[in-house]
Amino acid sequence: MTPPRHNPPLPGQGAAAPAAGHPDRTAADPGRRRFLGYLVAAPTLAAAADFGLGASAPAAALPGGPQPAEVYDLNDALTDAARPTANLITVVVEKDGTASFELPRSENGQGVTTSTAMLIAEELDLPVEKVLVTLAPARPELVFNQITGGSNTTVATFTPIRVAAAVAKGALLDAAATELGDSVNLLRSKDGVITGPSGSVTYGELAEKAATDRTRSVAVELKAAADYTVIGTPQGRLDARRAVTGQKAYTLDLDVEDAKPTMICRAPTLNGKPRAVRNQAAVAAMPGITDVALVPTGVAVRGETFGQCIDAVRALDVAWLDGPLAGTSERDALAKVRAAEVPLSVPALGPLPKSVEADFTFWFRSNSSLEPNAAIADVRADRAEIWGACKNPISAAEEIATQLGLPPTAVTFHIIEGGGSFGRKLFYDAAIEAAQCSKAFGKPVRLMWHRTDDARVGRTHPLATSRVRATYAAGEVLSYEQRHTSVVTDFGHGLGELLTAMAAKLPVGKIGFSQTVFALSQEVPYDYGATNQLLDEVDLPFNTSSMRNVYSPDVSTARELVTDRLAAALKKDPYTFRREVAKDDRTRAVLDKVAKEGRWGRPMPAGTAQGIAIHKEYKGVNACLVEIDCRPETVSRPVRDGVTGPRVTKVVMAVDVGLAVNPKGLEAQMQGGIMDALAMTLTSSLHFEDGHFLEGSWDDYFYTREWNVPPEVEVHVMPSQQAQPGGAGEFGVSPTCAAVACAYARATGRMPTSFPVNHHDPLAFTPKPTVPPIPQSPTDGLDHTY
Amino acid sequence: MSQHTFRLNGRSVTVDVDDDVRLLWVLRDVLGVHGPKYGCGINVCKACTSHVNGKAFNPCSVPVSRLAETDEITTIEGLADTVGKDLHPMQEAWIERDVAQCGYCQPGQIMAAVAVVNRARAEGREVSEADLDGIRNICRCGTYTRIREAVREGASRM
Repeated sequence: MTPPRHNPPLPGQGAAAPAAGHPDRTAADPGRRRFLGYLVAAPTLAAAADFGLGASAPAAALPGGPQPAEVYDLNDALTDAARPTANLITVVVEKDGTASFELPRSENGQGVTTSTAMLIAEELDLPVEKVLVTLAPARPELVFNQITGGSNTTVATFTPIRVAAAVAKGALLDAAATELGDSVNLLRSKDGVITGPSGSVTYGELAEKAATDRTRSVAVELKAAADYTVIGTPQGRLDARRAVTGQKAYTLDLDVEDAKPTMICRAPTLNGKPRAVRNQAAVAAMPGITDVALVPTGVAVRGETFGQCIDAVRALDVAWLDGPLAGTSERDALAKVRAAEVPLSVPALGPLPKSVEADFTFWFRSNSSLEPNAAIADVRADRAEIWGACKNPISAAEEIATQLGLPPTAVTFHIIEGGGSFGRKLFYDAAIEAAQCSKAFGKPVRLMWHRTDDARVGRTHPLATSRVRATYAAGEVLSYEQRHTSVVTDFGHGLGELLTAMAAKLPVGKIGFSQTVFALSQEVPYDYGATNQLLDEVDLPFNTSSMRNVYSPDVSTARELVTDRLAAALKKDPYTFRREVAKDDRTRAVLDKVAKEGRWGRPMPAGTAQGIAIHKEYKGVNACLVEIDCRPETVSRPVRDGVTGPRVTKVVMAVDVGLAVNPKGLEAQMQGGIMDALAMTLTSSLHFEDGHFLEGSWDDYFYTREWNVPPEVEVHVMPSQQAQPGGAGEFGVSPTCAAVACAYARATGRMPTSFPVNHHDPLAFTPKPTVPPIPQSPTDGLDHTY
Repeated sequence: MSQHTFRLNGRSVTVDVDDDVRLLWVLRDVLGVHGPKYGCGINVCKACTSHVNGKAFNPCSVPVSRLAETDEITTIEGLADTVGKDLHPMQEAWIERDVAQCGYCQPGQIMAAVAVVNRARAEGREVSEADLDGIRNICRCGTYTRIREAVREGASRM
């Protein structure tokens, strides 16, 4: 039994009555279909719902046995955080017959604007193309409900968006009944037209007639899943045409008056600071340059073109204060992580039981998106306006206001569609810098990070170790312990505050928020007896953040490699063993699917092998089978300025996310996650030497390229009985990382313990200089046409 | 500053800018043509891929002074006009396969794909796996699987 839901009293109105019909069914009940929404006073029809609707049951009564993530996971925490916020999201029906909606989330390519349009189209009986979804600017009143992360968008917004759309349709039907002189129960709505015995009328014609001048609550019943005609059907991206014609505008493409190109010259050591510029006047006089100024993170230049800014940054002669990691290397960071490791508690020795023990290292990895960090800022004496891609605009606007000495209400943050995020855009480093530059110059700026800055100074997934000890006897696993130790992950983007505020309600006791995220996201999907996973962190001053999940890819890679070792120790096939120890039928179903479709166990030549792994998170389960080719002729096949390495030749994934709102979008997210996983496991890492990261471009940092792409990639979206959607954006990465690692171990006969597996190979590139901090553009482009 | 004239998407344009400013910034910052994206500035990521006289190239690595008055630059904005339609067959294939995620690299990917198909045709053959493996454009969303499907689909329509 969960507490009753509270609807917000609106101005001039008392607390709303509970929804009629099912007074004791809560929002957490997936079968529940009756909810309260609102008709909002507006010129045309506006229907709203409390954005906190649809939250899961709070963790009131937890059994002692299961891991926290099994009964209450990070998605629940993110969703629950919305509950007390009690603010409205609104669907507006326009006079042209379209519906519009401002989504308080960030779109960086994951497809949430399309899936949101699908939810509205479903309840409103309007073609998807007639639903216009835009991104809401920072709405401080939403408090914790404007963070895009943890693969949570669809989980948290699934119910309230449909409720608002259902309220709108109800009002349209009422207005149509008046207009046509037919009773409501004789009316049918389809494709934006309402038809009755007396004729038909379009939504556009009803938009003003259905409007209300007094905000009031309305009970609605959502469609039954059996009646869905949009949800669950494959839908192409609504922004596809804009994307392929070059019309889709990102931050750097916006036309903001006088916001001229701006770049920053950065220190040769990570997080070093500028002391003085020795040639400011000379640089300010360079062609096209309008301004030069010291800002906290370097020396900013503003000019007519970014090309001239690059010239100016390279010409600057700056005295620097070393950053806090000057003179240190990744080996020093690893030593500090090792020193912080907490011992495993189950004894390893003794005749019985026996144990399997392993120790893994995961090196720094970059979460750069292809769009570099960028923001536009126009800071005036009494106000500031910011444009940028940002997954947590409320915190961003507040921090910028603090830095500028303005009240939070004086900062407007416009959310622009981002060119990728992968965790990077949970932070707003460029927005803060743009505000500082605009303040320093007294002019609007269009700030862009050079790719080399993005690679070297941008945020990284932290270096971590994972130690595992599992014991077994008489054919059974008796215990499983995992100690994950990591350079601290920065949660200073609002998620930390969210979890701190939620702490009293969370089922994990008094631990810090990194440990909270860990405990809420990690679950061992196997019956391994006494199971225990813990996180310890070391606070080193690296610029860190999550990267398409925080811990799961590394934790699962370690767990699944040890699972293969356990299977071998117990003389069982990796697939059969997983099937036997899997905790539930949902997991066995995805395992069986990939084993069948991927022909598990088929004969493979020496030097090649299959690997299989699973991962549970985001209220779903995902299995992956891969085939890898580690033969020398494949590993060392020549590619100019690139890393080839072992080639994954086939990937078969079976994913059960519960209700898949848009199977086509879900498949795309899985395919992208697979490509990330290949890079993380086999080819891509940052090397930290002498106080700075060596990688400075995409030909240094070896993210998956076409020559690494598996010729065969199959994603099977499992049919599901679940009424609610689970998370998708990060879900493809973990099982693929683990499956690739397992396949690599089986193909080479050696279990890899350091990731990516090529990290200790000789550098495949020549590091660029740190002074000047960015490279000049080549001039020979016309010699390389094709 | 000096004047530079070249052809852009079917029209002659003249810009007043220093000789060594790379074409990418002339397009983006001077002419307001934003289809070609910045991703590295050193001819590595290929996000700015466009065409010069029908062949793929990267404007981040070409000083504007290297262009002649007769050089025809085609960006993603002008691609459809080269076949006299609303969309080039490769853009249609891209939409049909729902390739784009964040979309940032996709103008460059499409311009590269058209050039790869044209190169293969000029050699009297169809696009091969090796051709696809050789495309250097980075997609950080990892849309490569659908890119490969779309290139073949687009080729069949070209």
